[in-house]
Amino acid sequence: MSEALCREGAAWVSAVTGTRWVGVIGLEVHAQLATNSKLFCSCEVRFGAPPNSLTCPVCTGQPGSLPVLNAAALGLAVRTALAVGADVAAESKFDRKHYFYCDIPKNYQISQYDRPFCTGGGIRLASGRFVRLTRIHLEEDAGKAIHDRGEHTLVDLNRAGVALIESVSEADLETPEEAVEYLEALKEIIRYAGAGEADMEKGQLRCDVNVSVRPEGEAWRTKVEIKNLNSFRHVREALEYEIPRQIEAYESGESARLPRQETRLFDASAGVTRTMRTKEEARDYRYFTEPDLPPITLTEAFVERQRGLLCELPQARRRRYREELGLSEYDARVLTGTREVADYFEAVARLCGRPKEAANWVANDLSRALADPEVAAGSIDELPVKPFDLAELIELVAAGTINTTGAREVLGLMVAGSGSPREIVAERGLEQVDDEASLEAWCREALEGREQVAADVRAGRTKAIGAVVGPVMKASGGKANPQRVREILLRLIAEDDQPRP
Amino acid sequence: MTDPERDLVRHTAALARLELDEAEVDRLAPQFAAILRHFRVLESVEVDDAEPMTGASGVRDVLRADEVRPSLAPDAVLGNAPRSSDGFYVVPKTVGGEE
Repeated sequence: MSEALCREGAAWVSAVTGTRWVGVIGLEVHAQLATNSKLFCSCEVRFGAPPNSLTCPVCTGQPGSLPVLNAAALGLAVRTALAVGADVAAESKFDRKHYFYCDIPKNYQISQYDRPFCTGGGIRLASGRFVRLTRIHLEEDAGKAIHDRGEHTLVDLNRAGVALIESVSEADLETPEEAVEYLEALKEIIRYAGAGEADMEKGQLRCDVNVSVRPEGEAWRTKVEIKNLNSFRHVREALEYEIPRQIEAYESGESARLPRQETRLFDASAGVTRTMRTKEEARDYRYFTEPDLPPITLTEAFVERQRGLLCELPQARRRRYREELGLSEYDARVLTGTREVADYFEAVARLCGRPKEAANWVANDLSRALADPEVAAGSIDELPVKPFDLAELIELVAAGTINTTGAREVLGLMVAGSGSPREIVAERGLEQVDDEASLEAWCREALEGREQVAADVRAGRTKAIGAVVGPVMKASGGKANPQRVREILLRLIAEDDQPRP
Repeated sequence: MTDPERDLVRHTAALARLELDEAEVDRLAPQFAAILRHFRVLESVEVDDAEPMTGASGVRDVLRADEVRPSLAPDAVLGNAPRSSDGFYVVPKTVGGEE
């Protein structure tokens, strides 16, 4: 951004003309659906398979082959639509979108044009702004063209025919930050709906941006489409470049520089957008109804069945965790990071009846274990520690059978697959020691030679007691009940203060 | 001089990635014009009250279960391609759909 423009909240203000410019942003997000097989054939969907090992006559567009719709893909698509509050159509159909490119073997993509399976809905941002969705439709993915190996282009059709949903938003967004927030929310919803993993690194979530600028309050101007955005960071950077570029073009007044309707590519290494081609108009795609796929009826029963499979969404969960369970905003965020973690936490909280303790263990200790490469668990469900086990551990602490230090040790063993908490505690003799005589003996031993601590405590600095609690815990092998140790130490010091006979 | 029919031929050829010389454009332009005249007749039919047609067979709701079946062997598939290498189809360099 040149010095002639400065950002003020959502606006870019020109130092030359004083005009307040705002962005007008709409997003088209392609998300891969988590199906086992492709959208119209039975080829497996698998990332990283050898090239062209997952294709058949349907997805390579051989003459005479017939596509058949994957029922699971339709279900996942409808679930996503319900999650964003969209209206599911009673009837939907597929269309052919024609274009010629080496990654599209049929020379058309099966997509949906005038009868998408859903319309409407939207996503609310933290600011309260509601971003409307125009529509979500089902379509098949293209293959992959590789241009950077030698003088030819290489084509892998494993991805051709994989089920996608394309979510098209209205141009309700104004800033790069809002665009990223919307994307994060949409990704979260897709994952919670169980519709897909939405992993950008695996290309499961891809984004095209439509952007124009206008002086605040004025009519919309020509929009530009930016493609090739493979991460949220690229979306933000592309917009941070493109919005000032367009503003400066208008401010220059030079007609040759004025933004025109075109497709631009984001060059991530240079941080700039470049003209790719003049945009093909909708009619150039020569859409027409796909004659090989009959129309589909989305019955109320089918839609309601999908609604039943939809779990509570992250925003609603976070509110409930704060308001009903008394958790902090931070813990609520960590716990709703993925649906698996949230479901896990809720199961633990329900089983032990102690939501705050459950939140602490899941958000801290278990998350740490999950991040440990040695544990090698891809998700919380893969840990050998099941909600029932963690609930039992929390109960053992609450009942005073083990202390927190001991519980951490037990959890470490549970993560390593050593058994249930009760078994581990019994096998390793980790029960907390409450027996008065043993505790007193350790305490007397620890106080010997630490007269200064006793003196400090007598002088009212009770915190000094910590210096003796440590050695007692050590002497007990970590098994002493720290609360009882503290009480006994204070009593011994006080007794010692009595005048000696 | 601009000639809408000739421009349409060129535009359609460009979309199909076909190269036409001027003689071919000369020959195809009147044919395009005839086809379009025919569609203008169809366009004049009053269809406001008719439901859009979604298929000719009357069949509806054909779905399959999400089950994986074996794909074709890469060698068998690539055997149909004019050129392949290391499991990939090899095609002329086409970057980013630039025209």
